Amino acid sequence: MTYTEKTKKKTTRSKSREAFLTIEGVSKVYPTAQGPYTVLKDVNLTVNEGEFICVIGHSGCGKSTLLNMVSGFATPTDGEVRLEGQRIGEPGPDRMVVFQNYALLPWLTAFENVYLAIDSVYPDKPEPEKRAITREHLAMVGLTEAADKKPTQISGGMKQRVSIARALAIRPKVLVLDEPFGALDAITKEELQEELLKIWTDHRCTVLMITHDIDEALFLADKLVMMTNGPAANIGEVMQIPFPRPRDRSQIMEDPEYYNLRNYALDYLFRRFAHDADEE
Amino acid sequence: MTANISKRNSTNSQSAIGAWWKKQSQNILPPLIAVVIFLVVWQLASSIGLVKIPGPTSMVTEQRTRIYLMYPFFDLGGTNKGLFWQTMASLQRVFIGYSLAAIVGIALGILVGTSAMLNKALDPIFQFLRMIPPLAWVPISLAALQQNQPAALFVIFITAIWPILINTAVGVQQIPQDYINVRRVLRLSNQKFFFKILLPSALPYIFTGLRIAIGLAWLAIIAAEIIMSGIVGIGFFIWDAYQNNYISDIILALFYIGAVGLILDKAMGYLQERIVPNDKK
Repeated sequence: MTYTEKTKKKTTRSKSREAFLTIEGVSKVYPTAQGPYTVLKDVNLTVNEGEFICVIGHSGCGKSTLLNMVSGFATPTDGEVRLEGQRIGEPGPDRMVVFQNYALLPWLTAFENVYLAIDSVYPDKPEPEKRAITREHLAMVGLTEAADKKPTQISGGMKQRVSIARALAIRPKVLVLDEPFGALDAITKEELQEELLKIWTDHRCTVLMITHDIDEALFLADKLVMMTNGPAANIGEVMQIPFPRPRDRSQIMEDPEYYNLRNYALDYLFRRFAHDADEE
Repeated sequence: MTANISKRNSTNSQSAIGAWWKKQSQNILPPLIAVVIFLVVWQLASSIGLVKIPGPTSMVTEQRTRIYLMYPFFDLGGTNKGLFWQTMASLQRVFIGYSLAAIVGIALGILVGTSAMLNKALDPIFQFLRMIPPLAWVPISLAALQQNQPAALFVIFITAIWPILINTAVGVQQIPQDYINVRRVLRLSNQKFFFKILLPSALPYIFTGLRIAIGLAWLAIIAAEIIMSGIVGIGFFIWDAYQNNYISDIILALFYIGAVGLILDKAMGYLQERIVPNDKK
């Protein structure tokens, strides 16, 4: 309990500071056999603390590259990414990632997977506390029963829950999710979206999430970042999603504004920035 | 309902063996028939003089061989011991040499697997050395170590280490990128990375190496002992029997060697299944 309160206090204290996360003039060029290939060109984005950002765009537009530069797995060729004024150079637990294919260690149980993260980020905490945090976060994603199961013994949705529990348990400043629900069936997907939203409401960490699903973005995000097509992709538009929180799926779907936004995003993706394959 | 079941059980218990046989006969009968045909052909070939070695019945008809067959546990001192003791002496050498190979091979394999530089530097040497057959190592190890026992152990060691080393190195290089990413984002300590990611991830490869190596080690000890005279061991037993023209003794010893090799391989296979997480694919 004290653990949760402490971090909450910290969050509110630094809330006044502007420009929590800045992506400034970022370009990424990969050398290839056919010469340099520019994935992203001069991308600028400012994210406030506690914001929920969704990034949408056609495949190959560099969404993952952009988020990798926030998590530190990739470094910009030009420009820089800063978190609280600090230039991001390498991956770290303050920018925890929920990987696309879960990246759970198959020889460890759900509990051990989460515990390993806490144990390595907070090595000085006493063991009972680390175990309590693990249990708390597994309970939060509804996995108390499955705590001692190995990843191969549980469903894809449960694996993603473990991955989310692991990510949140170490209290990251920024949570990076790369299409976290892409491989799940529609019902599990909706369940997990609601759980993620609920957890985010409690934790209020800053979230950057890649998605292909406009409805998912409209339900979850404060802002929807829409990318132009690659090569040399950029941020085309940032859409504000004004629905009040806490959000209720059926309620926002009755809002006529929902369809305005949805159509606008669809129009953006499929008319103004239709996929290359459609043009050819 | 209960009456029905008990009735069925009583008939079943009698036909339980029959049912088992029905299921297993397809697996047991063909190899059994093949073995019998092989032995009969061999016996015929040797009795009409087609091959110059005695047939399988000589195991019993030769008095000397019959003693070895019936009394594997006798010990008259020196190299005059039953085949059980001869085999055990060889096995002991294998276990010492093989254990050393496993320790050094896994350690070196991890080192080479984690360092691209070391791998580049050492891989050609490893690939070269592993092509040298065990028998070719015998003279040089005898010359270097002067004594039979350490030389035999060295031959086992040098034969068994390559598959262990190379498989371990490959296993370490094959750690999925996802797990490496987890290490990087959590900034796992080297110790945690080693025990929680590297070792379990490379374990299936390590065991593949260990299993190949145990077979090679057993092959090598026989070869090594044949050349090292005057020691207790199944390899030298064969050589000694050959010098004295006890051909049926050799045949009996070959059965021992084959059986032990098979047991070693199956035992490693069993260990592999037990230890390697089978949920890892």
